[in-house]
Amino acid sequence: MSDVIVYLAHPGQRYSKVNRAMVREAAKVGGITRVDLYADYPRYGIDVEREQDRLIDHDTIVLQFPFFWYSVPALLKDWIDLVLEHGFAYGEGGTQLAGKRMILALTAGGPEGSYSESGYNRFGLRTLLTPLEQTAHLCKMEFLPPYVLYGSIEADRDTDVAEHARGYAALLEALRDDRLQTGNADILTADTLRLGEAAS
Amino acid sequence: MTELLELALLFLVAGVIAVPVAARLGLGSVLGYLIAGIALSPVLGVLDVDVVEIQHFAEFGVVVMLFLIGLELEPKVLWQMRTKLLGLGGLQVLGTLGIVMAIAMALGQPWKISLAIGAVLSLSSTAIVLQTLTEKGLLRSDGGQSSFSVLLTQDIAVIPMLAFLPLLAMPELMGEAAAHGDDHGGLSALDAWIEGLSGWGRAGLTLGAIAAVILVGNFLTRPVFGFVARANLRELFTATALTIVVGITVLMTLVGLSPALGSFLAGVVLANSEYRHELEADLEPFRGLLLGLFFITVGAGIDFGMLSENLLVIVGLTLGLIALKFAILWGLALLFKMQGADKWLFALSLAQAGEFGFVLLSFATGNAILPDAIADRLLLIVALSMLLTPLLFLAYDKLIAPRFSAAQELEPDEIDADGPVIIAGHGRFGGVINRILTSAGYKTVVLDNAIGHLEVLRAFGFRVFYGDPTRPDLLHAAGIDQARLIVVAIDDPHQTTELVRYIVDHFPHVHVTARARDRNHVYELWAAGCRDIIRDTFDSAVRGGRSALEALEWHPFDAERKVKDFVARDQHAMRRMADLYDPDTPSHENSAYVQRARELMREQDEAMQQDSPDYTDWIGRAWTPPRPRDIEANEEETEPSKKASS
Ligand SMILES: Cc1cc2nc3c(=O)[nH]c(=O)nc-3n(C[C@H](O)[C@H](O)[C@H](O)COP(=O)(O)O)c2cc1C
Repeated sequence: MSDVIVYLAHPGQRYSKVNRAMVREAAKVGGITRVDLYADYPRYGIDVEREQDRLIDHDTIVLQFPFFWYSVPALLKDWIDLVLEHGFAYGEGGTQLAGKRMILALTAGGPEGSYSESGYNRFGLRTLLTPLEQTAHLCKMEFLPPYVLYGSIEADRDTDVAEHARGYAALLEALRDDRLQTGNADILTADTLRLGEAAS
Repeated sequence: MTELLELALLFLVAGVIAVPVAARLGLGSVLGYLIAGIALSPVLGVLDVDVVEIQHFAEFGVVVMLFLIGLELEPKVLWQMRTKLLGLGGLQVLGTLGIVMAIAMALGQPWKISLAIGAVLSLSSTAIVLQTLTEKGLLRSDGGQSSFSVLLTQDIAVIPMLAFLPLLAMPELMGEAAAHGDDHGGLSALDAWIEGLSGWGRAGLTLGAIAAVILVGNFLTRPVFGFVARANLRELFTATALTIVVGITVLMTLVGLSPALGSFLAGVVLANSEYRHELEADLEPFRGLLLGLFFITVGAGIDFGMLSENLLVIVGLTLGLIALKFAILWGLALLFKMQGADKWLFALSLAQAGEFGFVLLSFATGNAILPDAIADRLLLIVALSMLLTPLLFLAYDKLIAPRFSAAQELEPDEIDADGPVIIAGHGRFGGVINRILTSAGYKTVVLDNAIGHLEVLRAFGFRVFYGDPTRPDLLHAAGIDQARLIVVAIDDPHQTTELVRYIVDHFPHVHVTARARDRNHVYELWAAGCRDIIRDTFDSAVRGGRSALEALEWHPFDAERKVKDFVARDQHAMRRMADLYDPDTPSHENSAYVQRARELMREQDEAMQQDSPDYTDWIGRAWTPPRPRDIEANEEETEPSKKASS
């Protein structure tokens, strides 16, 4: 068993298709902690102590967000800037996150093909995510392959999106029960997700 | 009665004519009064007026002045200035006193008289110098600050001088002194009783009087002022303030101490009181008028017969005095490592003798310390040196300052940062602002005239002063001259507007943050020249709206964006309405205004209800991944060759 915390960072949930569906499915998963960052801090002012305590209490950290300008939405960036403090997350005495796992669950508007050398995004998604990967690394956390939906804007609500959301719930359950097998996958998607046998 | 009024009229007319003229000529008010006195003296002679008696009465102005000086001196501030006061000021007073005394003795005067002469001439003119430095904006410079410290030391030094000079009394002059008439009339029965006390009894009485001043100042004034303030009559305050000073004067005179010392002490005791600025504002006119009267009597007392007979000697001695004082000050400036123009400013500004010299002179003749002949000559020298002071400042302005101006400019005006922040009105609005500012480390001066309120605040340890913040004299006492910022947070919108207009007109350097009642009030304040206007309930109402949306299960971030948008639209509307607002027409009669208001309201409602595109689509308006054909178009534009080759 693992203590899972899910951080959702989406500034426009009223207009969200994919992330909202993901939240709805994830709500069915018991035994995990959920945080809506934009609801907790609509005017920023992140409570660093509280967030650090939350991180200490969990050992799998899920960051769920729509991909904005090849990066995270602003509030999540602020959260990273403030919470992953020197002496807490890295640097001298900064070992509080050591050994924990971090996984990104992001939705990208661009189609899969665009995230390649020949695509208009010119880089693979993993390459573009290296800043976050290195962030996890500096904090001595294990960086799991991210769970991604490409082409999120065009994706069909009833098929692709629904499948992605169900896959997301299954992923969270597997993380909670320590039975996620990543193999040597670069990126996890709903159809390539490989989950071990359910514990019960 | 009519005689008294006639005399008063005479003095007032002379002052009202001479002082503005002198001020216009850059001579300062003290010289104006002196000149008025000189002009009056023949008339007074014809009317057979006892100028000396009037002068004794006018000396009460000095008592008031020392009370006010005491009020300005919180013990803490005094302590912070101790090196400059004791070092710079102390050396100036003692040094000048000693050297002048030595010269007088060398010229054959007995040591007692020489000492008195030294004391008289060691002082400079607080009135002229402070006024001039303030007018020229030099008070905050290093030289100005040093001058200020020395003047302060001198003001304080007057107290021991007044206390110890009587010890120098010369029995052979007693006859002359009696001619100056120095008895206190009606209280003679008490006087006789005190005369009858033993030495110990008198010492006890003296200590008791001082203790009484301190105790009354500390414990009784607050309830008394609280009581008076509740009556809400302004003149009662003035009466109470005068009662304090007159009471001290009478008490001190009775026990044979200097009233100046007593009132100074009372001033220091009250420096921490919340009534300090009110007292200052109330007593300031008395100080000004009485000192003015005092200078007039000095001017009227100048013996021109003697001046013309001894013209060369007097002028020579005056120039000698200025040169001597300058030399001593210059030495001190070097010792205390003053730089460039500051050195010159310091030495030039303080090189004259001052009005306290007059006080000491009249005191000294009254107490049989100085013979009249010498006192009259000294009086001429003091007056002449003061008359020459404007020339010294002129020399500084024209000859010294230009040479150093480049260096001077490099100095950051850091000192301005110490200027106080004034908060007018400490109610539910000003109170919050005050707490924010003080917790951010700023020194605030809070003015409020709700006495009940004030007592509560005091109990919680806030530094607040009683007084009606809309009174210019009170603002002045609170330090509006040097203030960086004033927050006008009083309840009454009309008073707010008046106050804001006054400050904007008279103190353009002060930033004004004003509390507005409503939209129309905002326009009024804008028209009055304020550019930082806060509607007092607007922000909280906006927060209320946001809470309501959250209660209706809006996502907190959406609610936040919604009200932000509302605020932006409201401000936009306000700006568009501003040019139609006319302070002289009630807004509902101003048809253009009403029409624009309706238009804007309709626009706003539509925008907010319809979920118009720019309202809901903020995320859609943001980045959308480009479609393949956009990419192609883009590449054609920027890299045509690449396309050809592929
Ligand atoms: C400001 C902004 C920046 C975006 N930047 C990217 C981007 O860099 N790459 C990308 O693939 N999609 C980008 N998108 C598209 C979003 O990723 C897409 O709208 C989102 O994944 C849709 O999820 P939702 O339905 O939960 O809102 C951006 C969208 C916005 C609003």
